[in-house]
Amino acid sequence: MSPHQVSRLVVPRSGRGVWLVSLSAAAMAFLAVFALALSVSAARLAQNWAAALAQTATVRVSAPPEEMSEQTAIVLEVLRTTPGIASAREMTDDEQADLLEAWLGPDLPLDALPLPRLIDVTETPEGPDRQGLRLRLSAEAPGAVYDDHTRWRRPLAEGAARMRQLANLSLVLIGAVMAAIIMLAASASLASNAQVISVLRLVGAQDRFIARAFVWRMTLRATLGAAAGTALGAVAIFALPDPADASSVLSGLGFQGSGWLLPLALPVVAAVLAWVSAKATAFGVLRGVT
Amino acid sequence: MIAFQNVAHDYGGGPLFRDATLKLETGSFHFLTGPSGAGKSTFLKLCYGELIPSEGTVSLLGQDMNAMSRDELARTRQKIGIVHQDCQFLDHLTVEQNVALPLSVTGRPVSGDNLADLLAWVGLSGQARSLPPTLSGGERQRTALARAIIASPEVLLADEPTGNLDWDMSQRLMSLMIELNRMGTAVLIATHDLNLIRFVKTQVPTRVLRIARGEVQTAGAEL
Repeated sequence: MSPHQVSRLVVPRSGRGVWLVSLSAAAMAFLAVFALALSVSAARLAQNWAAALAQTATVRVSAPPEEMSEQTAIVLEVLRTTPGIASAREMTDDEQADLLEAWLGPDLPLDALPLPRLIDVTETPEGPDRQGLRLRLSAEAPGAVYDDHTRWRRPLAEGAARMRQLANLSLVLIGAVMAAIIMLAASASLASNAQVISVLRLVGAQDRFIARAFVWRMTLRATLGAAAGTALGAVAIFALPDPADASSVLSGLGFQGSGWLLPLALPVVAAVLAWVSAKATAFGVLRGVT
Repeated sequence: MIAFQNVAHDYGGGPLFRDATLKLETGSFHFLTGPSGAGKSTFLKLCYGELIPSEGTVSLLGQDMNAMSRDELARTRQKIGIVHQDCQFLDHLTVEQNVALPLSVTGRPVSGDNLADLLAWVGLSGQARSLPPTLSGGERQRTALARAIIASPEVLLADEPTGNLDWDMSQRLMSLMIELNRMGTAVLIATHDLNLIRFVKTQVPTRVLRIARGEVQTAGAEL
């Protein structure tokens, strides 16, 4: 047998750290799948929101009822002749009613209210000279306001970025907690196997051989635990309500397409983390033993 | 082989012994005697580097132990066979796996035939697959001896190796050590059993070291 194979035999399989490492790695990996999904989803949401809002604008025309049609026609003409505007369309009464229904309810007599007229504008990728357009509109249709959605888009983008930062921070914290647990478990395992260390020292085993025996065991347990936790987490994410079928807060949280491969990295990361933290702990403890 | 130069050791309550200067030559056979608590086990631990002397230097196989790195100390221990009084083993491994440890932890090949011969030599052929907790005191001592000598050590250090054995088993174990010594291994045995020393002295040239009143003295003429 090679020293590697022997090192796997010399530490007893039983011990206090056996379930601690596997269970904590499983729990941490389970949580990490959600944090990873949140991070990926936040990035996707930000991208979707940006794409949906980036090339759209709305012109709100406020005018007395008798001037509304004329003002609207002027605004549409200004928009039609403005470079950077791909299209402009006056929203129908039903469309406006649909927009307001979410806020005011379905039973409100919208016909009786002096509502502004809304014009849905699509910009070209280059976009118009917004400052110049606003000046033209204020000159030709004083009641028209060009809204390029910046005040909506910025908080959404900032919110998505903050959500992603939090998700990434969660991943880092999960990794740190897992490393700490593995270090504690490795210390406990080394302490409870003092006789094993003593015997190995007696027969001339070097520190790296003794450390390898413990590090291999810790790494294996952490990897298996993380693999189980990752699988459970992926199943849980998969089982979340479909965004198309539900309006839950968690709707849209998850992976898409090749994104489902991302959780596969978690057991690998857990293995590396376990290997590094267990090795550092083992050598630290062994340095204190003659 | 082993050299002490002005060695003293103190656990904090005054020195167990001081100013010990002596040499154990290649192929020699030494006993270490003294009353309980005199420092026999401490002396042995100084010999293989489990303890660092409070004063002086201990050299093993030509190297100053104080100056050895941890890896150098481990490599040096690979040339020493050590038999503890309490015979610690890896209890989840079989007798033959325990005996083969000094070779397997250093990547040296373990010959099945040699291992079987060694176990037969110490009378443990029938216990090769047994676990250490199932062994009797004598079997544990012989297992420890087999483990200590499987790597053909240049030095064999034994701390009360017959402490739990009857006279017949003690003689048998001593005969194994005498045979080993005749093959060139230096042997140092800590014991307070004078009959055992007399038994060995009739078969091989032996010197006796005695720890008494804080000094390590050469004795033997009176034994």
